Amino acid sequence: MSVHPKEQRIILKYADEPGYTPDIDCYMKNGGYEMLKKAVGMEKQAICDEVKNSQLRGRGGAGFPAGVKWSFVDRKSGKPVYMVCNCDESEPGTFKDRQIVHKDPHQLIEGIIISSFATDCAKAFIYIREEMPKGAEILNQAIKEAKEKNFVGDDILGSGYSCDIVVHRGAAAYICGEETGLIESLEGKRANPRIKPPYFPAVLGLYMCPTIVNNVETLCNVLHILRMGADEFAKIGRPNNTGTRIWCVSGGVKRPGYYEVAGITLGELVYDICGGPKDGRTIKAIIPGGSSMKILKSGERFTGKDRDGNGYDWGIEDIPLDYDGIAAAGSMSGSGGMMVLDDSVEIPVALANLMAFYSHESCGQCTPCREGSLWLKKITTRMVHGQARPDDVDLMKSVADQIEGRTICAFGFAVAWPVQSYLAKFEDEFREFAERHSRMGGDRTAAKELACNH
Amino acid sequence: MEEKENLITVNIDGQDLQVPPGMNMVEAAAILGKEIPHYCYHPKLTIAGNCRMCLVELGMPGRDRATGEPMVNKDGTPKIMWMPGPAIGCGTKAAPGLHIKTDSPKALESREAVTEFLLINHPLDCPICDQAGECTLQEFSSSHGRGYSRFIEQKNVKPKRTRLGPRVTLDDERCVLCSRCIRFCDEVAGDSVLGFTDRGSYSTLTCFPGKELANNYSLNTVDICPVGALTSTDFRFKMRVWFLKETNSIDFETSVGVNTVVSAREGTIYRVKPRRNDQVNDTWMPDSGRELYKQVESDDRLIQCTIDSLATSAVDAIAKASECLQGGGVAIVGSGQCSVEEQFALKAISDGIGAKGVYLVARYGKDDGILMSVDRNPNVRGALMAGLVNDLPDEQLGELGAKIDSGEVTTVFSVKEDLIAGGLTEDQVGKVKIIYLGTHENTTSSLADVLIAGLTQFEKSGTVINQQFRLQKFSRVVPGPGGAIEDLYALATIQANLSGESFPSTVGSLWKQIGTEGSVFEGISFQSLSDQGELLDGSAFEHFSFREGKSLHFEPKKEALAIE
Ligand SMILES: Cc1cc2nc3c(=O)[nH]c(=O)nc-3n(C[C@H](O)[C@H](O)[C@H](O)COP(=O)(O)O)c2cc1C
Ligand code: SF4
Ligand code: SF4
Ligand code: FES
Repeated sequence: MSVHPKEQRIILKYADEPGYTPDIDCYMKNGGYEMLKKAVGMEKQAICDEVKNSQLRGRGGAGFPAGVKWSFVDRKSGKPVYMVCNCDESEPGTFKDRQIVHKDPHQLIEGIIISSFATDCAKAFIYIREEMPKGAEILNQAIKEAKEKNFVGDDILGSGYSCDIVVHRGAAAYICGEETGLIESLEGKRANPRIKPPYFPAVLGLYMCPTIVNNVETLCNVLHILRMGADEFAKIGRPNNTGTRIWCVSGGVKRPGYYEVAGITLGELVYDICGGPKDGRTIKAIIPGGSSMKILKSGERFTGKDRDGNGYDWGIEDIPLDYDGIAAAGSMSGSGGMMVLDDSVEIPVALANLMAFYSHESCGQCTPCREGSLWLKKITTRMVHGQARPDDVDLMKSVADQIEGRTICAFGFAVAWPVQSYLAKFEDEFREFAERHSRMGGDRTAAKELACNH
Repeated sequence: MEEKENLITVNIDGQDLQVPPGMNMVEAAAILGKEIPHYCYHPKLTIAGNCRMCLVELGMPGRDRATGEPMVNKDGTPKIMWMPGPAIGCGTKAAPGLHIKTDSPKALESREAVTEFLLINHPLDCPICDQAGECTLQEFSSSHGRGYSRFIEQKNVKPKRTRLGPRVTLDDERCVLCSRCIRFCDEVAGDSVLGFTDRGSYSTLTCFPGKELANNYSLNTVDICPVGALTSTDFRFKMRVWFLKETNSIDFETSVGVNTVVSAREGTIYRVKPRRNDQVNDTWMPDSGRELYKQVESDDRLIQCTIDSLATSAVDAIAKASECLQGGGVAIVGSGQCSVEEQFALKAISDGIGAKGVYLVARYGKDDGILMSVDRNPNVRGALMAGLVNDLPDEQLGELGAKIDSGEVTTVFSVKEDLIAGGLTEDQVGKVKIIYLGTHENTTSSLADVLIAGLTQFEKSGTVINQQFRLQKFSRVVPGPGGAIEDLYALATIQANLSGESFPSTVGSLWKQIGTEGSVFEGISFQSLSDQGELLDGSAFEHFSFREGKSLHFEPKKEALAIE
């Protein structure tokens, strides 16, 4: 597999190299565990400072600065601190963590142990998506190998620091990826996200102990920050958007896949790296950061003022491909799962598909998310099956508005944002679709089945 | 309040209010008489925050980012920074300067939204639902709902009548998934058997495989279920709640003295539920105590007074009893099941006739660590404080047996206690004249020379003193059977007959006497006694080794530690 010249591979540097294998010898031959050796000789706080200065932001979804998150950990309680690696990777359109786990597991393990050492965690957990059985096997094997070499376990490399890594296979639900749901699930319970306050992981996390939850890619980056030094690392990408990001591109492009890049635009990724739309097609819209994020429409102009007060006026392909760039365009880079919708896609059908997913995956705890998501699924399904009504568009918007910001976890946003943004940007298509399909005279039985059969 | 310094000021809808730090906003608003509607919040369970009905707007005094100085409005008042989204009132703890709006458009809109969401998949089968009339969903739908439905899709279908255990039946379609019942089982009953299966709107409450909701507190889940999802199998479809008249009572099962409320209609009792008393039972009660009303109409109920087993009027039976008691050689077996008033009357009788002994029968059971104490008599402390006995009772009437055998005792007046169950032999019982005042058949009642049919706790009023020396009152719920007579009246009349002086024969009039005498009861009258009871000075009995167990220190599970 050849790497596109616009890619800048750091994390996936070796992953796809011919002959590179997930075993420890291969990893060490390529310089693996050198950073751990360096780390255990450093002051813990110095590592934390490096991470903070690197401006590394979380790769799991919200993009919270990792160093800042680490500094929130409650040290006064005297309770053990836990490190949890979020490898649930359940956001639709995201498949980057699995590349790391399957192809270069020791990189993750080294990242976890360095991070755990720096934050003085008593134990580390990798919560791996149930649907990655192979990944769990690979990780367990890798941990075994690392233990044999004393990179994991008791008195790591004679440093006096001990840390075990436990691989825990997930409960096969999207909500298990939400950090507090994950913690509940890790404790053996149903993955119902916790209310915040008071259950901030940094204070009352796993087993009510302070806990750091970070994404796989985030933790891998720690290793490279140590290798390059925070300053060098911060030179990759733009300030506040440092380091590379692995983007997972799917949908209507010539070369879907995962690409590790930094400092490029959305257009460069979609057109240059992914080859643009398939022949005879045009790009209609792009969901930038996993299915939960607001949609970006081709032809839309994105205008505003950046932090420094400079005005910008972008087309979709001009959007800087990073946290702040996509945020400036009114969406979020989320988990890096980019879905390209070409002109063969009918937006209402896409929405119906998404609502089927979200209504199925809502944990069901809080009323607005639980009831609203299924209601939206029932409306969109009915619509797709030719039973649309003229007032459906307004109703859907109202239902989404009633969910947004009123729930326990961010899943509520994940349900509301697609509906709100698709309707706002494709309202005419929805109205036209509703009109056309209600005239056709729908298949009532099919609609019923879809609506009632979860 | 001496703790004034510890109070902090929050602002609710523009009104300043002093509250203890950490108090949640549902409770704080209630102090101002404002109801923040809620389903999942329960004052005695941990905060779940899942129903989202209690959403309010939240603000804190702003601080300048650069200087850290408090921000002020033009008029010098602190500038409040309101959060963009609503927050749950139940999960918001009082903090200095906290502002909330409970009736702003945003808050009202949120409530309307949650109400609509809760109704879209609800079966709306109120006409056949036991909860109708006392259903939170019904109430909030009318006060916070939009009044019409925008939902035209098919509703979800869920199990309609699941047997969760011997006493609880579940209708899953009505469940609003508030998790109160689950939390109760986990946190109070200590018997985790309930949970949700499935996800999203298809979430379904169920028992864990191979388990059932059978613990002695299972019916509390029915009480706290805000809707008609959990129903009492006993009460199911028996009566519309709006016909029921409610009367405060006490659970007579144990010395805990759980506060209850009894619902009846036209002389028939339909159910017993717990009544909140934070000093005693919080909001809970054992299932076993809810069955006690069945004694009122049970088959073995004594409904007729007798003399030598021949039916007679209460007046004649009382006269005959008085006559027997004058003969000397009398021992009295009182009861920890009697009210304080009855024990006072019995004490007067025993003093008057110079009884050869006064006994109680102790009842002990296993302490369940919740609301069932070791002492299964509701009022042993009443007997002590009335002076009827001056020591803790034994489980056996051995001493009385010896006195019968020696011929010292020739007549036994037993109130409520079966002498055989109390350990006397049939031979001993056969040797003496027996006067029995009780409510249900037993060997003693069948052997009694004079039998006075009395009333159950549901048919009379009075007081009992619980394990904390808390004087608590219970009131008449239904009238007793025609042939029976109120115990206190019977005892008072006997005492009047014996002494030739009148003795107060009603609870109210007796309290006029008890309440004056420079005693621990001074200043108390039956009428003025609060529904939460009154703590008496029990220090005179401190040296007694009461057998109570952990439940004496029953503590509600406090909410999980909150962060500072
Ligand atoms: C519904 C939902 C699902 C999520 N799924 C994932 C996931 O699969 N993987 C992940 O890393 N983060 C996921 N997150 C984000 C996590 O809650 C959390 O923010 C993240 O793991 C923190 O790691 P980071 O700071 O390194 O990004 C999810 C969040 C939500 C609200
Ligand atoms: S928002 Fe949805 S997924 Fe999150 S806690 Fe509430 S019901 Fe569960
Ligand atoms: S059965 Fe009742 S108490 Fe239990 S979760 Fe459902 S609505 Fe709440
Ligand atoms: S009462 Fe249910 S969320 Fe507050």
